[in-house]
Amino acid sequence: MSAVTQPSASSGLPLPIPVLLRRIASNFVLRRLVRALITIWIVITLTFFIIRLMPSNPVDIFIQEQMSLYGMTYDDARAQASALFSIRMDRPVFNQYLDYLGNLTHGDLGKSFKSFGTPVSSMVAKFLPWTLFSVGLSLLISFTLGMALGMIMAYRRESLLDHILSTIGSVLSSVPNYLVAMVLLVFLGVQWKLLPLAQMRGSMTPGIQPGFTLEFLGDILFHAAMPVTTYVLTTVGGWMLTMKSSTITTLEEDYVTVARARGLPDSRIMTAYVGRNAMLPLFTQLAISVGFIVGGSVLIEAIFVYQGVGKMLIDSINQRDYPVMQAVFLIITIAVILANFLADFLYSRLDPRVRTTGGGEA
Amino acid sequence: MTALARTARNILDDVWRTLKLMARNKVGFIGFLGLIGFILLTFVGPSLVPLAAESHMTDIYKPPSAQHILGTDFQGRDIWAQIVHGGKDVLIVAFLTGIISTTIAVTLGSLSAVLAGFFDSFIMWITDIWLTIPNFPVLAVLAVFVKLTNVWALAFILSLLSWPTLTRAVRAQVLSLKQRDYVEAARALDLGTRHIIFSEILPNMMSYIAISLVFSMTSAIYAQVALVFLGLVPFASNNWGVMLSLAWTRGAIFYKDSLLYIMAPVTAIALFQLTLVWMTRSLEEVFNPRLRTSV
Repeated sequence: MSAVTQPSASSGLPLPIPVLLRRIASNFVLRRLVRALITIWIVITLTFFIIRLMPSNPVDIFIQEQMSLYGMTYDDARAQASALFSIRMDRPVFNQYLDYLGNLTHGDLGKSFKSFGTPVSSMVAKFLPWTLFSVGLSLLISFTLGMALGMIMAYRRESLLDHILSTIGSVLSSVPNYLVAMVLLVFLGVQWKLLPLAQMRGSMTPGIQPGFTLEFLGDILFHAAMPVTTYVLTTVGGWMLTMKSSTITTLEEDYVTVARARGLPDSRIMTAYVGRNAMLPLFTQLAISVGFIVGGSVLIEAIFVYQGVGKMLIDSINQRDYPVMQAVFLIITIAVILANFLADFLYSRLDPRVRTTGGGEA
Repeated sequence: MTALARTARNILDDVWRTLKLMARNKVGFIGFLGLIGFILLTFVGPSLVPLAAESHMTDIYKPPSAQHILGTDFQGRDIWAQIVHGGKDVLIVAFLTGIISTTIAVTLGSLSAVLAGFFDSFIMWITDIWLTIPNFPVLAVLAVFVKLTNVWALAFILSLLSWPTLTRAVRAQVLSLKQRDYVEAARALDLGTRHIIFSEILPNMMSYIAISLVFSMTSAIYAQVALVFLGLVPFASNNWGVMLSLAWTRGAIFYKDSLLYIMAPVTAIALFQLTLVWMTRSLEEVFNPRLRTSV
């Protein structure tokens, strides 16, 4: 009797099993954390390498421009560049690299070329929340919707609904998201004039007071509506189809059959037995999806003129505003890496098998 | 019957059998026909449809007519001709990227699975890290520093970004195939490593490799059109991305009449993507060795 309820009591291990499990679980999370930090470090190093050491690197270009356009001496131009990039040029490259790392940990991302002297960190602080908001909201909607539709499709396999949703899902997920954005904009805004697109540009109406008021929430939703619709339309198909196949596999598992045999109500089997297990593969996809949506935001935000970091990146690239460009690139990448880590963490909480086997190896 | 005629006959038989396998999946077959259509359109089409470079200020945004089946653009040029001439770069870059990244992936992925140990962990570690870095921003930033003016450079950079996904997939596939009964049997019969790799494992992975190749093509199309659209890759020639970019900045959001000008490249790119994705369904049947011998 005791062996059934308390396996650790009879196994005679030096460590009680719950403690051991917790250690392995924290190990999995720890491992992922270390990986995330190393990835961030690699990205930072690569970025430094590109802006400082490439043959035609922006720092040298900037110094040359200052010298030829404004007749500055090399030292003056170098001092100017040092101030804008927050790198002291007179020091050896390795020390510059260490400085660069040090500055980043203080949140000092350099200063903009174009809007002269504005710290990049304050620009990022202004634009980043909008991308996080629109991408986060889209992921939430798309993930939930995809999961629900996928389950329905699995339960009503081979029905008309299943076929229609499968076709729509596979078509939408194979068309590039910026094309979907353009088609939405051209038809809804220009051809049929259903939406006031000029007013929907930007991330909020100028002059509106930020705060937890209905007016403000309505306004930011109004402005985010088009990007969010695009993200959801182009990602929901993938979630739906994964969820469908995952649910079908789960439905054949023994524990589902046992649950049925025990006479549990269908609704409980659907949520606690099938749903919970079938959604696990979706979490591994979450990581890739975050990267893809954030990467795509560069295009989508440019198309809808939504003031997020994606548009900021494109603008800085077009204006060759290198300090802004490298900072935004770092921010986007770090955000995605952290989101990945979060997905891993969630996955380890949800799937008990990961805790014991260290899982995720495929 | 001469030997030459016999080999020709054999090849024809092979082609016929492949087509029959293709046709087993209707959607896949449509994709396959679509791909043939696109290849003909972009490589044979230009010699049939002349491209008018000069502008006709009297013909701006004309609706479709017998002379201009898709109407004209903001300079009075024929849109259909631009579509026919604009696919070449897109298709070539896609094929090159698919081939380069699949080669890298198959080599590294299978080596990783076969050698195991340190090499395996190292490769997997790199792919893990590479996968968490969002592709498109990397590409956009790289495009500023690297001159991506020819198709080879572009294809190479795009392959650098897409190999990790494929490598992991190939590795997983080899790992699972290594443990199949027929591979164990071949090993027990001492048929040699080369026989095991080329006659037992690779044929069973062909469908997988072909499908991966197609998917890396679709992501190459996504990225290259986006780069051209944003003006980060200076392609001077006609190109669906250039059309998209011009249509977008010159009219789509202002003039109702410009609908065909923007929709033409949008449809071409989207259809080409769909064609490729649909074709993967047939590839599964074609490369499946079990089906191959039974038909």
